[in-house]
Amino acid sequence: MLRPAILATALAAAFPVSADADLDALRAELKEMKSTYEARIQALEARLQQADAAPVPIAAQADASPQQGTAAGNRFNPDISLILQGKYAHLDDIEHRHISGFLPAGHDHGAPRGFSLDHTELVMSASVDPYFRGYFNLALLDEEVAIEEAWFQTTALGHGVSLKGGRFLSGLGYQNQQHPHAWDFADNALMYRALFGEAYGNDGVQLKWVAPADLFMEFGVEAGRGANFPGTDRNRNGAGSYALFGHLGGDVGASHSWRAGVSYLHAKANERDGDVDDLNDVEAETLFSGKSKTWMADFVWKWAPNGNASERNFKFATEYFRRSERGSLLCVDNTADGGACDGTEDATRSRQSGFYAQGVYQFMPRWRTGYRYDRLNPGSVDFGANNAFLPVSEHKPARHSLMLDYSPSEFSRLRLQYSQDKSMEDLRENQWFVQYIHSLGSHGAHSF
Amino acid sequence: MKRLLVYLALCLPVSAHAALNVFACEPEWAALAKEIGGDDVKIYSATTAFQDPHRIEARPSLIAQMRRAALVVCTGAELETGWLPVLLRDAGNAAVQPGRPGYFEATRFVPLLEKPARLDRAEGDVHAAGNPHIHTDPRNIARVGAALGARLAEIDPAHAADYRARGEAFAARWQTAIARWETRAAPLRNQPVAVQHKSFSYLLAWLGLREVATLEPKPGVEPSVGHLARVATQLQTTPAKMVLRAAYQSPRPADWLSQRTGMPAVALPYTVGGNDQANDLFGLFDDTLDRLLKAVP
Repeated sequence: MLRPAILATALAAAFPVSADADLDALRAELKEMKSTYEARIQALEARLQQADAAPVPIAAQADASPQQGTAAGNRFNPDISLILQGKYAHLDDIEHRHISGFLPAGHDHGAPRGFSLDHTELVMSASVDPYFRGYFNLALLDEEVAIEEAWFQTTALGHGVSLKGGRFLSGLGYQNQQHPHAWDFADNALMYRALFGEAYGNDGVQLKWVAPADLFMEFGVEAGRGANFPGTDRNRNGAGSYALFGHLGGDVGASHSWRAGVSYLHAKANERDGDVDDLNDVEAETLFSGKSKTWMADFVWKWAPNGNASERNFKFATEYFRRSERGSLLCVDNTADGGACDGTEDATRSRQSGFYAQGVYQFMPRWRTGYRYDRLNPGSVDFGANNAFLPVSEHKPARHSLMLDYSPSEFSRLRLQYSQDKSMEDLRENQWFVQYIHSLGSHGAHSF
Repeated sequence: MKRLLVYLALCLPVSAHAALNVFACEPEWAALAKEIGGDDVKIYSATTAFQDPHRIEARPSLIAQMRRAALVVCTGAELETGWLPVLLRDAGNAAVQPGRPGYFEATRFVPLLEKPARLDRAEGDVHAAGNPHIHTDPRNIARVGAALGARLAEIDPAHAADYRARGEAFAARWQTAIARWETRAAPLRNQPVAVQHKSFSYLLAWLGLREVATLEPKPGVEPSVGHLARVATQLQTTPAKMVLRAAYQSPRPADWLSQRTGMPAVALPYTVGGNDQANDLFGLFDDTLDRLLKAVP
């Protein structure tokens, strides 16, 4: 539209002393150009109106300079997400929940009966600089704020090597690194409850190496404070626990993929606290000092037709553990309350095992159903002289769980779960859960 | 013996440098890298045409491939946000981290359409930077190809001349092909179409097709029967010539609508490998046009 005007100005400047005749001819030409332009503009406007609902023609965008794009995941600096979780639980009224034959592992968030709020998770992560990235996960509940994870990880070492430092969930097993919102069931596997309470976290360092091969091979070693169950805080220099893990994985055709691994955890405990009911059925406090060694094996297999998981997919996961502990156990004198323990400290050793296996099937978009079987083996437990005061259970805790979940989008999920829980001797409990998990904010990418 | 050692010493670095490992997030970029890289690159495509690039599992095999990659070629614009960050994090490969020359995002070299006016998850799975399905317009492939050729030359200077030569040859063939496609596609101009997901916005803009309905109620949200019924009613007043879907998408919504309204459901290959004819970038657009023209008499 500007062109005729510019042209006129340019021409006027170029021929300041032209003859009148020339000027008239020029004016006529300009007028004609103007009218043709106007006609063309009208035609264009008509076409624009016609193409009302059509997308913006690329020509209109062609002048726009190419994206000064942001790298994946760096849209917000840092990425922030908030996870809202809560549930309704229909449970029996059981005063002292525990897993028969197993010492209670740390603080266990059993679900209260009725409506309740689960931990609200606040997650932040970002690149620190070209050399490190940072991650932070805070779990919030009434009167309780727990830093679940707060770590840095190197990004520039190369050669498949990365070093992580701070507080992190250990690379042991499969489920261990998943936060509760990523679990496929409303509650934790019995195996993880018995081993770590929720999951094994540590303050320390992790060195990981991925081999340069077609087959996925990952090896890691961790050393840390070891303050969490099965270890304890010991007020010492050096490492209180160390862990080793290795994972292999790959694809079979386009539709199948798998990962398998073996892990080992060595932890030291000093007067590790555990509340159990003694032979007089009175609550007794036990203090364990010694070494705890855990072996774990894990296997995950996923299927999706042609590798396209958005319609239908299936996931199978199983993990197995063996834990042996050796040391001394003190059962604090509780005779004043009518208890059996008299404060004896004696050598103790135990060897226990267990596993879970679960399958989750997405049978149509948004809908998944799953079944999980948990089973633990109390194995052999020897309390030494304390055998006279403390029960040794032969009961093999087990649980069946069935779940159905519905995810309106990848940011929200509603779940119904039924469990038949036989984790306590002489008790068969029917449990019902209705759960919601919602995530706000940046898109959380999930591991395999 | 000495001569043999010298010979080996001369040979080894060359053979160790034989092929540059390229990790392509989507098949279209694998095909483009093949056109420009030729035998100087070894390409791994992380996804196939039958997989939804928004929803890929960060599988161990992908981490293993990412570990050895010298160049990662992805779409960007948050298309791979659900899985690529995990691969980059777990592979321990410093050369392909965002910001390094080994990390290439195609959407950075192309003007994007459909930048959302409102960034709210209530709008579905919105991509803040704009619609990421840029490769459905061949002119974008040319833009990305030029940038990719330059990037390959930067990473692998020993073969820079080869990349340049192949890149120029490809660009010339591609321009000719674009002219051919544009002539063929003349009857498609201004034709109304319905789409399942906004996968074809660039294709439609290029060919001047008009998108009159989207089957997904919101981007990334599966169409429900109720929503499809509303779309069917809407299409009675503003009819469309066909309903388009990508090879990786479920045929059910488009087929259902096709039965209700009588307009043909057209499955476009969407990317290289989406059907037998779309075996390279040229085949992809030849076949896409074949199918579109078949539906518009």
